[in-house]
Amino acid sequence: MSSVAFESVRKIFGKTTALKDVDLVVRDGEFMVLLGPSGCGKTTLLRCLAGLERIDGGTVRIGDRDVSDLPPRDRHIAMVFQSYAVFPHMKVYDNIAFGLRMRKKPKAEVERRVKEGAALLQLEPFLDRYPAQLSGGQRQRVAVARAIVTDAPVLLMDEPLSNLDALLRLHARAELKRLHGEVKRTTVYVTHDQIEALSMGDRIAVMREGQIVQLDTPSALYDRPADVFVGSFIGSPPMNFLKCRARNGTAVGEAFEVPGPPGMDGKEMLLGIRPENIRTGEGPFRGRVLVVEPLGSHALLTVMVGNESIKVVAPADTTLRADEELRLAPEPHKIRWMDAASGKALVAPH
Amino acid sequence: MAVRARRALPFPAAIVRSEAALPLGLLAPTVIFLSLLILVPIAQAVLLSFQAADGTFGLDAYKRMFNDTAFADSFRNTILLLIAIVPIQTVLALGMALLIHSRFPGHGIFLYIYAIPLAISDLAAGIVWLSIFTDQGYLNTILTGLGVIKEPMAFLSYENLQWLFTAVVVAESWRATALVLVILLAGLQLIPREYFEAAELFGASRVKRTLLVVLPMLKPSLQSALIIRTIFAFNAFAVVLALAGRQLPVLGYEAYDWYYNNRNSNVAAAFATLILALTIATTVTYLRLFRVREGELGK
Amino acid sequence: MTAAAPALRRRSASRRVVVDRILLYAAAVFLALWTLIPIYLIALAAFSDRAAIYEFPKPLLPTRFSTDTMTFFVNSTGVLPSVRNSIIVALSTIVLGLLIGAPAGYALARFRFPGRDGFQVGVLISKMFPIAILSIPLAVTFIDLGLYDSLIAVILVHTAMVLPFVVIVTSGVFLAVSRELEEAAQTLGTSRFGAFTRIALPLALPGLAAAAIFSFVTSWNEVFAATILTVRNTTLPAQVLASLNISPLYFRFAGGFFMIIPSLFFIFFMRKYLFNLWGPGR
Repeated sequence: MSSVAFESVRKIFGKTTALKDVDLVVRDGEFMVLLGPSGCGKTTLLRCLAGLERIDGGTVRIGDRDVSDLPPRDRHIAMVFQSYAVFPHMKVYDNIAFGLRMRKKPKAEVERRVKEGAALLQLEPFLDRYPAQLSGGQRQRVAVARAIVTDAPVLLMDEPLSNLDALLRLHARAELKRLHGEVKRTTVYVTHDQIEALSMGDRIAVMREGQIVQLDTPSALYDRPADVFVGSFIGSPPMNFLKCRARNGTAVGEAFEVPGPPGMDGKEMLLGIRPENIRTGEGPFRGRVLVVEPLGSHALLTVMVGNESIKVVAPADTTLRADEELRLAPEPHKIRWMDAASGKALVAPH
Repeated sequence: MAVRARRALPFPAAIVRSEAALPLGLLAPTVIFLSLLILVPIAQAVLLSFQAADGTFGLDAYKRMFNDTAFADSFRNTILLLIAIVPIQTVLALGMALLIHSRFPGHGIFLYIYAIPLAISDLAAGIVWLSIFTDQGYLNTILTGLGVIKEPMAFLSYENLQWLFTAVVVAESWRATALVLVILLAGLQLIPREYFEAAELFGASRVKRTLLVVLPMLKPSLQSALIIRTIFAFNAFAVVLALAGRQLPVLGYEAYDWYYNNRNSNVAAAFATLILALTIATTVTYLRLFRVREGELGK
Repeated sequence: MTAAAPALRRRSASRRVVVDRILLYAAAVFLALWTLIPIYLIALAAFSDRAAIYEFPKPLLPTRFSTDTMTFFVNSTGVLPSVRNSIIVALSTIVLGLLIGAPAGYALARFRFPGRDGFQVGVLISKMFPIAILSIPLAVTFIDLGLYDSLIAVILVHTAMVLPFVVIVTSGVFLAVSRELEEAAQTLGTSRFGAFTRIALPLALPGLAAAAIFSFVTSWNEVFAATILTVRNTTLPAQVLASLNISPLYFRFAGGFFMIIPSLFFIFFMRKYLFNLWGPGR
């Protein structure tokens, strides 16, 4: 059993509380992503799981063991660091073998597993080289191989792709996902890149200022963000939010009127709608095009609706130009209503 | 599922259990060692200087120190040496540092050569220049060989006090310039290249560049270097001894002499305390003079 | 603007660069000679026969090469034992200095803890004290403790002299070793100490070697404390100093050169770390 459980985990650095009573359960074999802007506590949470930080309150469990007081070596985890942390004074072979040797595995088994790991990550030609002779992408693979061969039930990854260039990152992302499919180890993965999160995670925990703001599957996060923060953070370009007020079942904005959520009379609200869920041509929004950005596969419009500017995705062959007046229609079942005061989502989806 | 809360432990148990236990433990030997071998002797020196041989307190030791025939001379000489050596070395080291910093091809080799004196003790340096300045030494050989003088000059004799002094200054400059050089060079390398390039772009000549851009940014290093160099100058001892024997009294030698030859640790301690006081005074002066205001260097 | 003018300007500009270059090299060479010639001369003096020392004018070339003077020096009473003592003291200083100072450097590099700034300031201040002078009061203490005229006393003082440097250098060296490397080792099954010995230490070795060499040189060269604290069990510099007034000239020259020899080797080995001696990034 290799589930992971955080119970009311609290971590304080000097005067700041980095983790505020965080609760999270990662299921056996799940790929859990911790997502959030820098400083939100995602790396701290990961390091508390690893044992590299001592927690100031709560419990950390791996399987059914309480590991809160155990040093990293006794927790049976494996970790891939952001800087890879590949030992520069050892050959690739010895790097990959390191964890196995520390566990005093017999030589034959070490050799077998290192070769397997190297094959899995296409590192066979480099086994005899030193890390300094490898490229960044190759070193990253060494770090992953080193972690995987240890057979630790839980795998931790701290932004392992952020130091790769864009093209390599794309490739490595797919590789890691494929690897997880093959190896099926419980994985906790930290990133600030929401594309990585959406692509790789079984579930995503969006964090902010030391707390988990929403825990859901990628599609649920995308379609039904729990608040303005999640809606803006996930998806690129981010979700649009338009101010409006509820009146008799209608949401009245500065430049539009749409059917609103029931029973919210008088409330100040935000209408949340993603750029790709807005149709041009006809509809309740009155707007004026500010900018047209042709992006190859589609066009990104910046449109003024009333006093607010929103982004709209249009087909690549759109004939719209700057300064044109137009009408827009949000897809009704894709609208996400938020309370303007608290920023939180208002109604359950239809 | 039970959630465990950690209660804050009372001090000092908090320290022992806390994450500070390990680093403090690693530091402890150093702290203890240095306290015992620096703080304690300082206190002792001051104490000793205010005692007489039988342990009673008084200013006897200081009286004897001030009335010592060699005192005035040694004090004056020490200060003069300081005034002579420090500027010379600073300018020399600055020149060397700027040269190396320009990274001309082969600068690496020259750096090693300039750094060689770093590992030479003041005693050895004194002896080296003894071989040059002594009556039948190399300097006289060269000078008579070139016909500059007809007979060898007695550079190191009591009659030629200025030459004696000069010899000591030369020997010390030769030896310890490397120290200042290394500090200044490290400081130079910290100045981002853009400042040099911008100055050059705006038309500053090499000299102007040095004076207006480099020196101000070098303040912290200069401060460091000068403090260390001055402290060593106050302790000047073996160089003078090697070249001049007792003919050029300095404070460091007097301290040694009173202890070793006169077997009077109280007066020796008085000299030591005086040197200590002078050291602190000059260090504070340097710190004031070279004080870098916050933000001045863009830090 | 004619076509000739820019060409002319270019030529004079490059001539200026050449003159500049020549001046640069001239200055550099002059300073190098200023550094090297005295060493050459003392070597010359040490390796001439004894009579040559009193000759005038002195030969400027090794025409009277002889190992006579050096042999005489080495065989003089007290010289070999003092050399042996110097080596013992210097080596012990390395060991003691590293044993005490390296952990402190590691603590400075890796941990944040209350009193960290105070400690750093303290180390910097202790660097500035004329520690040799402190050997006078220390001598009194050592007499009381029965440690006077023993190598242990000198070792202790020398260790105190090099300790601030060892702490500063090792902290810089360990800072350069990424903390994540040790953390990775810990997740892979080492204890904290295991991570230090297997990862941090091997990677820090060059810097530690530099600290060791510096300690050796400092101890080998130290004169004042060694003279004050010993009478019969002296180190080489103390021995030479004691005999300065009474020894013949050639003895002094040979002694001077003998003291320089290790230094010449050490600076070569230490060259990369010359800058770290005085503090990380100052």
